[in-house]
Amino acid sequence: MAWTSQVLATTRWNQAHLLGIRDLSRDDLLSVLSVARELKNVPPSDAPLRGRRLLAFFVESSTRTRTSFGIAARRLGMEVIDVSPGSSSLSKGESLKDTTRTIDAMGVDQVVIRHPASGAPRFVSNALRASVINAGDGANEHPTQALLDLFTMEERLGRVTGLRIALVGDILHSRVARSNLWAHRLLGNRVTVVGPATLVPRDVQAMGADVSHRLDPVLETHDVIMMLRLQLERQHAGLFPSTAEYAELFGLTRERLARLREDTIVMHPGPMNRGWEISAEAADSGRSVILDQVANGVFVRMAVLLLLDSARGKNLTTKAPKHEERVS
Amino acid sequence: MAVTILIKGGRVIDPASKRDEIGDVWIVDGKIAASGHAPQRTIEARDQWVVPGLIDLHVHLREPGHEAKETIASGCAAAVAGGFTSVACMANSGQPLDSAMAIRYVLDRAREAGSARVFPIGAVTKGLRGEQLAEIGLMAKAGAKAFSDDGVPIVNSEIMRRALEYAAMFGSCIVSHCEDPDLTRGALINEGRVATELGLRGWPSVAEASMAARDVMLARWTGGRVHIAHVSARETVEVIRAAKRNGVRVTAEAAPHHVTLTEERLREYDSRFKMNPPLRTAEDVESVLAALADGTIDCIASDHAPHTTEEKEQELAACPNGVVGLETTLGVVLTDLVTNGKLSATRAVEAMTVNPARILGVPYGTLAVGAPGDITVIDPARKWTVDPAKFRSKGRSTPWAGRTLKGAAAVTIVEGRIVHDV
Repeated sequence: MAWTSQVLATTRWNQAHLLGIRDLSRDDLLSVLSVARELKNVPPSDAPLRGRRLLAFFVESSTRTRTSFGIAARRLGMEVIDVSPGSSSLSKGESLKDTTRTIDAMGVDQVVIRHPASGAPRFVSNALRASVINAGDGANEHPTQALLDLFTMEERLGRVTGLRIALVGDILHSRVARSNLWAHRLLGNRVTVVGPATLVPRDVQAMGADVSHRLDPVLETHDVIMMLRLQLERQHAGLFPSTAEYAELFGLTRERLARLREDTIVMHPGPMNRGWEISAEAADSGRSVILDQVANGVFVRMAVLLLLDSARGKNLTTKAPKHEERVS
Repeated sequence: MAVTILIKGGRVIDPASKRDEIGDVWIVDGKIAASGHAPQRTIEARDQWVVPGLIDLHVHLREPGHEAKETIASGCAAAVAGGFTSVACMANSGQPLDSAMAIRYVLDRAREAGSARVFPIGAVTKGLRGEQLAEIGLMAKAGAKAFSDDGVPIVNSEIMRRALEYAAMFGSCIVSHCEDPDLTRGALINEGRVATELGLRGWPSVAEASMAARDVMLARWTGGRVHIAHVSARETVEVIRAAKRNGVRVTAEAAPHHVTLTEERLREYDSRFKMNPPLRTAEDVESVLAALADGTIDCIASDHAPHTTEEKEQELAACPNGVVGLETTLGVVLTDLVTNGKLSATRAVEAMTVNPARILGVPYGTLAVGAPGDITVIDPARKWTVDPAKFRSKGRSTPWAGRTLKGAAAVTIVEGRIVHDV
């Protein structure tokens, strides 16, 4: 107990929920990284969250995120309750509102939710006393992924500022891309989104990104090349012609790998499609930090669970995102 | 029973006869009269506006078939409370208004309700399926005042062409819901900055503008008359402006939310701001409003689209499109457009009276002597707070809940009968 209170005492986390990086301040974000660093250096010997309950509510399938949260919570001594769509009353036509209220009535401390609809975790948080952690909502956000990405960048590059990041692939449908965009905007890093015009959302420049429809020009100038997963259903929707063409134009091939700077790292949130967006050589090379990302995910999620727990009782409400209403 | 009514000393605004002056208005035997004597009812209208009964030409009354959302009676009650003496109801009720029988049903129910006039809009195609023309002639004979598959677009250009040609025989227009559905599949909000930031599927303006462009070209080709519903995008305004310049028989409407609110309101995923077409950017709002002010857009129509609370209280992706408007339109127009000088009082009244009347081909929307005695007395100074719990409409979802508005209907009169009086 002494260990955690000491670590948490120096942090400046100020959120009741983790719904998205968009809601965070720079202090919030750096708090997660510093607590995760401590956790990785000196694992807590006690079980600081013993007696606390975490409900894992995954309406969309997930293996790594769900497992990672499960391991993180158990290491802290939490009791983990799993609710999957098949066994939940959602399949019996219960509304998300009622499901949420039911969960609330049962009394859990934290809820980690994945949902196919953007905004669902925010909707749930409005009706819940528990802290809500977004584990991915539609194409909106996947905040713990961006946090573990930052943690891994810091670990390998020694810093989280002054970086140039390339996010490559299906930006349009990627919650990982959005969470990373918010995070790097907060930290002042320069982000280039790279992808076919059909998979780059309109007005993404307003989020602070540069746009490139060619991968080659960014290879030698960026510190981080983050490849995003390509989904075959996008081809069926007519957004790109074939995986072969995609691999040729936007894949991190062996040849492109060879052109990266010495210190550039390769990232991927997984699961990978080897041979499409990323070649086997790139995935398995010394620059690839893909497995570090997975390993670090556990520490980052432990940090989030601890920080949200420490915030309980502080009577926080999650900061309302900035309104930029220009017309009354 | 019609009585003789004197409305005294109000600001009489009748754009149809270019009248805007302090004066008296008489209703005798249910009709506007130049003078009268021994009024059974005198309404003191000092500091108030006396205008032709307001007409909303885009309302979803939901009956028959979706009475949990709204009935003809509840919708009409909402209309007169909001100052509307007449509403045109869309054909996409639970059971589509695609036959003379359905049109007669609506008219019968409206007569029973006994408050606002209802002008049914018949379906263009059978079952709103966009495949075969519905019995437009028989519906026109039964009392349908226009034709529309609103709610869904008429995708097939051949059907749209034939509908324009056919409806023109009866002097009716086709009200077009402009949306290319291939461009909007799965869309939740405007495609642009907010959709990009929130990771929501976007509804691009071009899906509206490209259909409007097709429709004005078809109207030009056929000589038919098309009315573009709920214009939301700058590009659509440009299409309509050019078409009018070329003499195409096109008219258009804008909803209050599209001239006052932007996509920024969706940042909290609030379903009270979800409608179709969606709220767009500040540039679009400016452009649609300018078009409303200069007459490119002819009228203001609420697109009153009630849903049950259960339906609207869902997460954004699951909740249906649509908000109610009958009880807020007048207040919003006065507060956000007229009071701050964005729209003149005359133009606002014109856009809610004579213009919709002309589009529908009905003899209302004027205070000319001999015209039907439909009058709305407006108190432009009355402040009130929008409280959905007090709505007469069954629909409670409005972007303006909790908002304090300035201006409301004081008295609503239909054919010489006072149907709303505060």
